[in-house]
Amino acid sequence: MHVNNEKYSTVEEKNSDISRPFFLLKHKVSIWRLIPFLVAALVFTPVIVVFSSFFMPANEVWQHLVETTLSSLLINTFWLSVGVIAGTSLLGVSLAWFTAVYEFPGSRFFSWALLLPLAIPAYVTAFVVLGLFDYTGPVQTSLRIWLGSELTWFPDLYGRGGVIVVMTLAFYPYVYLMARNAFLTQGKRLLEVAQSLGLNRRQGFFKVALPMARPWIVGGIMLTLMETLADFGTVAVFNYDTFTTAIYKAWFSMFSLPAASQLASLLIVIVFVLIIIEQQFRLRMRFAETKRSARAGGILLSGWKAKAASFFAASVLFFAFVMPIMQLGIWAANSLLQSFDQRYLEFLLHSVLLSAMATVITCFIAILLVYAVRLHSDILTRIAVRIATIGYALPGAVLAVGIFIPFAWLDNQLNEWLSLLFQIETNLLIQGTLGVMLIAYMTRFLAVGHYPIDSAMQRITRNIDEAAMGFGLSGWAVLRSIHLPMLKAGIFTAATLVFVDVMKEMPITLMTRPFGWDTLAVRIFALTSEGEWEQAALPAVTLVLAGLVPIILLMRQTDK
Amino acid sequence: MDTLLKLHQVRHAYGKQTTINYLSFDLEKGEIGCLLGPSGCGKTTVLRCIAGFEPLTAGEILLNGIMVSCANFSLPPEQRRVGMVFQDYALFPHLTIAENVGFGLHRKSTVERTQRVSDLLQTVGLTEAANKYPHELSGGQQQRVALARALAPNPDLLLMDEPFSNLDISLRERLSLEVRDILKNQHITAILVTHDQDEAFSVADVIGVMHQGKIMQWDTAYNLYHRPANRFVANFIGQGVFLPGKVLAPGKIETELGILTEHIYHQCESDNEICHIGSEVDVLIRPDDIVYSNESTSQAVVMHKAFRGAEILYTLKLPTGRTALSLISSHHNHAIGEKIGIKLEADHVVVFKR
Amino acid sequence: MPKLFFIKRFVAITSCSIFLLAANVVQAEQIVVYSARIEQLIKPMFDAFTNETGIQVKFTTDKEGALLARLKAEGKKTPADVLITADVGNLWEAARTGVLKSVSSPILEANIPTYLRDPQGQWFGLSVRARTIVYNTQKVKPSDLSSYEDLADPKWKGRLCLRTSKKVYNQSLVAMMIAEHGEAETEKIVRGWVANLATDPLPDDTRALEFVAAGRCDVTLVNTYYYGRLMESNPALPLAILWPNQSNSGVHVNISGAGITQFSKNERSAIKLLEFLSSEKAQNLFADVNMEYPVNPQVKPSPAVSAWGAFKQNPMNIVKAGELQTTAVKLMDRAGYR
Repeated sequence: MHVNNEKYSTVEEKNSDISRPFFLLKHKVSIWRLIPFLVAALVFTPVIVVFSSFFMPANEVWQHLVETTLSSLLINTFWLSVGVIAGTSLLGVSLAWFTAVYEFPGSRFFSWALLLPLAIPAYVTAFVVLGLFDYTGPVQTSLRIWLGSELTWFPDLYGRGGVIVVMTLAFYPYVYLMARNAFLTQGKRLLEVAQSLGLNRRQGFFKVALPMARPWIVGGIMLTLMETLADFGTVAVFNYDTFTTAIYKAWFSMFSLPAASQLASLLIVIVFVLIIIEQQFRLRMRFAETKRSARAGGILLSGWKAKAASFFAASVLFFAFVMPIMQLGIWAANSLLQSFDQRYLEFLLHSVLLSAMATVITCFIAILLVYAVRLHSDILTRIAVRIATIGYALPGAVLAVGIFIPFAWLDNQLNEWLSLLFQIETNLLIQGTLGVMLIAYMTRFLAVGHYPIDSAMQRITRNIDEAAMGFGLSGWAVLRSIHLPMLKAGIFTAATLVFVDVMKEMPITLMTRPFGWDTLAVRIFALTSEGEWEQAALPAVTLVLAGLVPIILLMRQTDK
Repeated sequence: MDTLLKLHQVRHAYGKQTTINYLSFDLEKGEIGCLLGPSGCGKTTVLRCIAGFEPLTAGEILLNGIMVSCANFSLPPEQRRVGMVFQDYALFPHLTIAENVGFGLHRKSTVERTQRVSDLLQTVGLTEAANKYPHELSGGQQQRVALARALAPNPDLLLMDEPFSNLDISLRERLSLEVRDILKNQHITAILVTHDQDEAFSVADVIGVMHQGKIMQWDTAYNLYHRPANRFVANFIGQGVFLPGKVLAPGKIETELGILTEHIYHQCESDNEICHIGSEVDVLIRPDDIVYSNESTSQAVVMHKAFRGAEILYTLKLPTGRTALSLISSHHNHAIGEKIGIKLEADHVVVFKR
Repeated sequence: MPKLFFIKRFVAITSCSIFLLAANVVQAEQIVVYSARIEQLIKPMFDAFTNETGIQVKFTTDKEGALLARLKAEGKKTPADVLITADVGNLWEAARTGVLKSVSSPILEANIPTYLRDPQGQWFGLSVRARTIVYNTQKVKPSDLSSYEDLADPKWKGRLCLRTSKKVYNQSLVAMMIAEHGEAETEKIVRGWVANLATDPLPDDTRALEFVAAGRCDVTLVNTYYYGRLMESNPALPLAILWPNQSNSGVHVNISGAGITQFSKNERSAIKLLEFLSSEKAQNLFADVNMEYPVNPQVKPSPAVSAWGAFKQNPMNIVKAGELQTTAVKLMDRAGYR
């Protein structure tokens, strides 16, 4: 803040000056004006395919759903979303606050270790939690033996509470990461301002730090919410029926892909409304402070407060990461000889390679989008960018089909032209190539890449752009020489999240992978679909370990 | 007058690195103090210790005679009644100007708060901006909002961390005088931290020159300039060069520019050693101590010149090869390389033992 | 120019890696299989087939729904020759939507009983998955158990565990019951089951078996191979199979089966693969690898599986399970069976 903002208003004026639709501009249309629309068109194609289902009849399924389960599904979905948002906000924000502002035993370790649960797929945590804590699990079994009676007081895990707890443990790192970012840059400083004005730390947190970190926190919550709504694996492990369950049921059990697509379209519309609301929060981010705290090192906690903070962080880490990974490790050790073969290295290689390539493409596109909006932030462009990030909210399998259908169509057209023009018969040219797969990943995970880079860009003062342009630089040159170095942390965060998410992804991988390109996730799918959870532990552990590498790199980066 | 703030043998460290090294000073009620020093000297840390953001490793800080900080105790900042203006103002971007100013009045009733906010906005001349947001104001206006916000809860002591460093020079000079007027009118006791001596001179009543975590001299601007306690202060405050000299008799020193006799202020008036006849000493020669003299036998070569309006600051090469500074009326416009006659004309000079 | 260089470098890197794998050289004899049966349960048979015939088998695995959507989208240009599923419902749906082709093969017709293949010859069962009753031997006398329908009797109140109705095996079972008893009667039975549940429906068969073994409930319905696998890893569990409906309709069976795709360009090789899989040579391999039952009546199940005893299978053509699957799903929704 301060003098920067005087200049900012001039930027705004310039923008409003050219906020009529880009095609009406007299002067040359810059590529930056088009990029958001091109990307949005690409990402929106599968969504349109999904939406086009509305022209197909599926009344029967709808009527059935409305008469029977729809209302309870909606209620379930609502409470699940509310619960997971509450849970992830509570864990994510409090842990981010403690690790960003205070020093307590292990605080440095926890600051990065608390991100580790990102590497564990939510359905794996779900399965482990059930395996340990449900009726037949070792916890209840030994308690029964020890107490010699039935445990009537033990909570029923196959209910709302169980799913919410597991999803909270799996998804809180999104909120944690974004909130920590905000608190690291402004938390301690704002606390001092508040204290100098006579507020204690608690009041400072609630009255200053929290409201000012809100755009970042809401960004993390949005990712969590989209992940929650799109989830099928975790709710299936708990047999908890949500809206997404209905989508899959309509498709797989009632053989009505149109009905499934229509349900998915509704989901998109709901998420889009939420995104527009959230956008209003994000508009404020540009005014947020850009300086890092004056001093490294946090406020030293002592006595019971320090112990409580350590205990809290350690408990979360234990349940969200240590416990699942230990259980997986035990299973993996049991099944090591049966399930290990020389193809493991190949699975691992494919997983890492695909994730890396998808990460590069997704982050590259995300940077283009973010930069394009910075150059031309009219309402049309901003909506285009929002549309471009909607893929994250769709259930994976539905999106996979939405991507597959247009590519297959294109392929068939291409084949017809080729045979018409050159009388050659070809196989499918586009499908079954890595290109389709990577575009599909990009479509799904653009939101994950976009949010952190966008937040990072918002913090770069616009004076810098003007200064750079004053030197006669423009477009690519400014992006490359000025913004990219300053966006480094944001890009790194984005890359880590995308990488880990692609590694865990299943439906798109299954549907679009070229022959022979099996990954760890494909392996996990194969084993778990026949209920061989123990055998799936080895690929799951490998997947988690491979996902840990970028997370640890990320934390080293941000702690510098 | 009462002592409002007392720092006694305060020590502070980040890990093994000592930032404040047994530092002491007192500030009277209503006085404006200033900590002046190069960056990294620990002046901001002193401010943060007084505010209660940093724990002490030794010594104590008393406010109104009550201990607020010592080696194993620190009163929470919010209970000290100490206000602070931050270097970057740290205004809350999501609140209006009026809300920013009223932020510290959360315990007051709405009526009281509104009244106080409008009084303060009037004091700093920003009544019209009450409903604007910080980013809509200029840097100078933001600075005044920050001041108003810090003053709102009526603190006993106001701390200002480099408050003008983000402003351009003309604004800085104007605003520093404005701020002094406001503080004096409201009888505010304040400490300012800065690396800019002009700022310190125009705002503060009493100034502490800091170096490596210590206060080298705690004094008025006049004394810092004319009676520096040590070479660091002499070097840091104002301009000037040291010329070697020899004590001929008490109060009589010979230098290459002639013999000095009048108003010699030296470091150890009580310490006879320095006054020994025959002692080798260094004499601080300020630019205004050297005047132009056509008749003078001492000649120097012009090496640089800086036009200052009424005067020109010449950098001169003395016959011995040493350099000296001279502030000469700009009517005497000499070219670089020209030889000019100069004369030592000092009312009083400062002498340090070599 | 630096900006061009920036773009060029990126495009070069990505396009290289993308199109490196685009060129699929067509080989002499090769068929492509889309399989919902997982790799470990089909790869050994494909290898044996290649050994015997020299025909290469390329395959990809996915869920049934995704594979069907894929086949439809690919249309005439699909590379797939054979679709393999792990249940009958999806084969029926594939046939209904024109994805599969009718073929007639005397060998297939001889190897596979009529009730385990499509009357139109669009799909063929390759292994039998029997859904049976498993009970806790410490809490239930086998003589108390008789049929699927009997589990709706109030005497089982609070003693029944069921897997979720979202699993296709339960949908097929209920569909076959509708074919036998009609909708109204079946709905009554399903409501009876729901009323007898000891706990909410469980996510998978193994969990249901574990709940019975731990005494949380007394009896459940599972596919036999889950029972086999669990007992193999822990033979001491107090669990036993009871073959239901032996005096009337017989045990409900599902199939893992296959069909030839409508636009297959290697129909003859594809038929050869199915014939091979139904042959005596391959049947044991196909069924035993997952403790399932062979479809070919000439082939005996593995010794471990045979030890569970012989039983009468429901002889009604399982095409009904496909036809009535949607009806069954709706019925279970109405009955509150999650």
